[in-house]
Amino acid sequence: MPAQLRAYRARIRSAQTTKKITRAMELIAASRIAKAQQRVAASLPYARAVTRAVSAVATYSNVQHVLTTERENPTRAAIVVVTSDRGLAGAFNSNALKKSEELGELLRREGKEVVSYLVGRKAVGYYRFRRRDFIREWVGDTDTPSVETAREIAEAVVEKFVQPTDEGGVDEIHIVYNRFVSMLTQTPEMLRLLPLEVVEGVEEPEPGKALPLYEFEPDSGEVLDAMLPIYIESRIYQALLESAASKHAATQRAMKSASDNADKLIREYTRLANNARQQEITQQISEIVGGADALAGTRTT
Amino acid sequence: MADLTVTVVSADEQVWSGQANMVVARTAVGEIGLLAGHQPLLGVLAAGEVRITASDGGRIVVNAEDGFVSMENDTVTIAARSASLVR
Repeated sequence: MPAQLRAYRARIRSAQTTKKITRAMELIAASRIAKAQQRVAASLPYARAVTRAVSAVATYSNVQHVLTTERENPTRAAIVVVTSDRGLAGAFNSNALKKSEELGELLRREGKEVVSYLVGRKAVGYYRFRRRDFIREWVGDTDTPSVETAREIAEAVVEKFVQPTDEGGVDEIHIVYNRFVSMLTQTPEMLRLLPLEVVEGVEEPEPGKALPLYEFEPDSGEVLDAMLPIYIESRIYQALLESAASKHAATQRAMKSASDNADKLIREYTRLANNARQQEITQQISEIVGGADALAGTRTT
Repeated sequence: MADLTVTVVSADEQVWSGQANMVVARTAVGEIGLLAGHQPLLGVLAAGEVRITASDGGRIVVNAEDGFVSMENDTVTIAARSASLVR
């Protein structure tokens, strides 16, 4: 059965080459996670500063602002879906997309029309394939998102938000992305960006202690005007960075299990190939012995 | 005199942090100087220089744009979308 042996050997070779590729991708992803994590860490002080400042204006002043007040009858909501440009990352993209579908369903049930903004080629492909509409897409730099991209997205959504609803504006803005919990866990998360729910980082004033009296330059309304787009931008940037880090972690894990599976396949096929070779040898021996016996038999008679 | 704890951050990194005697920043309505003990403040930055006099006597100049300055409990935070150390 040399044909079977050849087939096994071909499979082993193919598994080996695939393993080389997945191993390389695993290593690349592993080296990129570190960088992506550093970027998340580097952007944290800014995000923290922005959040603290926004909380301060929102807490210590009673200013009514378009961006913080809840609309009375929300009829349209926007979702920003953050995915990656490339696949091969396990359930990374489908998790985010599934979460956004859930959120869309929820919003529709509340009687809101849903419009989408997409980040990453995978989300765009998903929508195109289903012939669904979306407003804008950002692709190409999901691996190392830049501040400029975050700024563009923030500008686009804030602009849509301040537009009156009957002119195509939206009343709510949500973002769905993969949060980087650890190297092993990345959970898809949804977050309402607007109207703001500033709850994080607000320190409850200690009882008996007077609230610090904030001075605003020029005044609290204008400070909020300037602050909120910055806040939104920083939240979006944070989401993009976390999504990038998550993507690399997911790729690394997916590629690791692919390499492991390739190893398993190679082992199995090697066993089968050895078996086939042994069989072949056994058969050849028995053929020779049988032939020799037959020849010996003819000579004696 | 008490010192200020100053942090200067831009969107993607921490530009400078340390102890300082005085911070001068340019806000939308004019320059403002901050010393220890100043009341809590939140101001919108106008494009321009932020000058910091460090506790060790060094002078730090940062170009900041598009951000804000906040002061609370002798902690000054300057957050700007783009900020770079001039010297």
